[in-house]
Amino acid sequence: MTGRRTLATARRVLAQLRRDPRTVALLLLVPMLLLWLLELVFDGQPGTFDRIGPALLALFPFVVMFLVTSVTTLRERTSGTLERLLSMPLGRLDLLLGYALAFGLVAVVQAVLASVLMLGPLGLDVAGPAWLLVVVAVVDAVLGCALGLFVSAFARTEFQAVQFMPAVVLPQFLLCGLLVPRDEMGAVLEAISAVLPLSYAVDAMQRLTVEADVSVRVLVDLAVVGAAIVLSLALGAATLRRRTA
Amino acid sequence: MAAPPAIDVDGLRVVRGGRVVLDALSLAVPAGTVTGLLGPSGSGKSTLLRAIVGVQVVEGGTVTVLGLPAGSAGLRARVAYATQAASVYDDLSVHENLAYFAAVLGTPAAGDVERVLREVGLTGEAGDVVGRLSGGQRSRVSLAVALLGAPELLVLDEPTVGLDPLLRAELWDLFHRLAGSGKTLLVSSHVMDEATRCDDLVLLRDGAVLARATPAELLARTGAADAEEAFLRLVRTAP
Repeated sequence: MTGRRTLATARRVLAQLRRDPRTVALLLLVPMLLLWLLELVFDGQPGTFDRIGPALLALFPFVVMFLVTSVTTLRERTSGTLERLLSMPLGRLDLLLGYALAFGLVAVVQAVLASVLMLGPLGLDVAGPAWLLVVVAVVDAVLGCALGLFVSAFARTEFQAVQFMPAVVLPQFLLCGLLVPRDEMGAVLEAISAVLPLSYAVDAMQRLTVEADVSVRVLVDLAVVGAAIVLSLALGAATLRRRTA
Repeated sequence: MAAPPAIDVDGLRVVRGGRVVLDALSLAVPAGTVTGLLGPSGSGKSTLLRAIVGVQVVEGGTVTVLGLPAGSAGLRARVAYATQAASVYDDLSVHENLAYFAAVLGTPAAGDVERVLREVGLTGEAGDVVGRLSGGQRSRVSLAVALLGAPELLVLDEPTVGLDPLLRAELWDLFHRLAGSGKTLLVSSHVMDEATRCDDLVLLRDGAVLARATPAELLARTGAADAEEAFLRLVRTAP
């Protein structure tokens, strides 16, 4: 693995995105439009919007980045360029980190835009520091990228890759503590939710909403999500095979 | 003493999807030559090339390339590979594609991209997005990637398919110039009239080597007028 090859890969992925302005527009605007819709839906109940808004700020960029990353990397596989790259002196981590870097950058822009919209025009009221809210949103969007990179190894077609979204993302959404607080779930479900990274992102968001001081728990939550990103990338590299049948 | 072969395949067996594609295949390709790998579609040409490049899971036998086991990390900058379908990014320009692959190779030489663009005759299309090029131009971009850097072995899967006669003649001249400078080329084709352009021929059928000869030897042995006729005679007389 070399930094130069990682950066060249990230630049190449960004150059591909630049050629596809419609995708960039969808990437940046869809989470914002969804959050605006959320605010309109809860127009009559500002308390509800303040309660679940931060959690959905963690969720929407996560979902969008997951989808885009998994489909894009799959395209690399089906176009034959992956086989070519793996026959060249490119480390498997070069490729994954290159993708993570490029999409991570998009994720940062996306999460920052969504956060600014929430805190500004939509008037989201949080007790904790706003910048930390942005950080959690960014880290969560990057988690979406890392998971998307990992699961794309298990899809053979773009059709399959799209099916992984409900399979990987929706269970995390159901168990993350947004619909029912995690400690009110059955023991089995609570145990499962404890190993799902989105639970920690949502927990961090919910704490920031109500706690004025940054508690250690928020930092622990962030560290867990960060560890999940590293683990997903490592697993993604491990499942990338230079030799195929 | 003869120089060691650039490619040495011994008892290679490859099974894909439960079907034996190559079985007990042995083959040596001398360095500094253009060797043609010919055979009907489905005869195992691409699988053999994939095994030589080291991207194919093999069940048995050994493949030694430039003195190292095929697919070794040390070979990745020394062996260039162009797949049958153009493996390039359709949403990047010709130049962006080449610049990226050059960076992956770690090619330091400035002007390397311009050199390969000239070699495949795409200098005028450098700024064009690959997805909008013709099929023949796309496959030339893919071939240009294989020419980047200073590979010692070039493994090219049907590089001239879909190209006009003039361009094909130019590319074969290029292949011979490369071989003249000491590089080894293994070029697959199912177009038999390309056989006469090779120094040496390997005829593959049903995953086994049917014949191994120079074009002149092949014609003399079969008494055929051209390579296509020679191949048909060999197939018909084979057990």
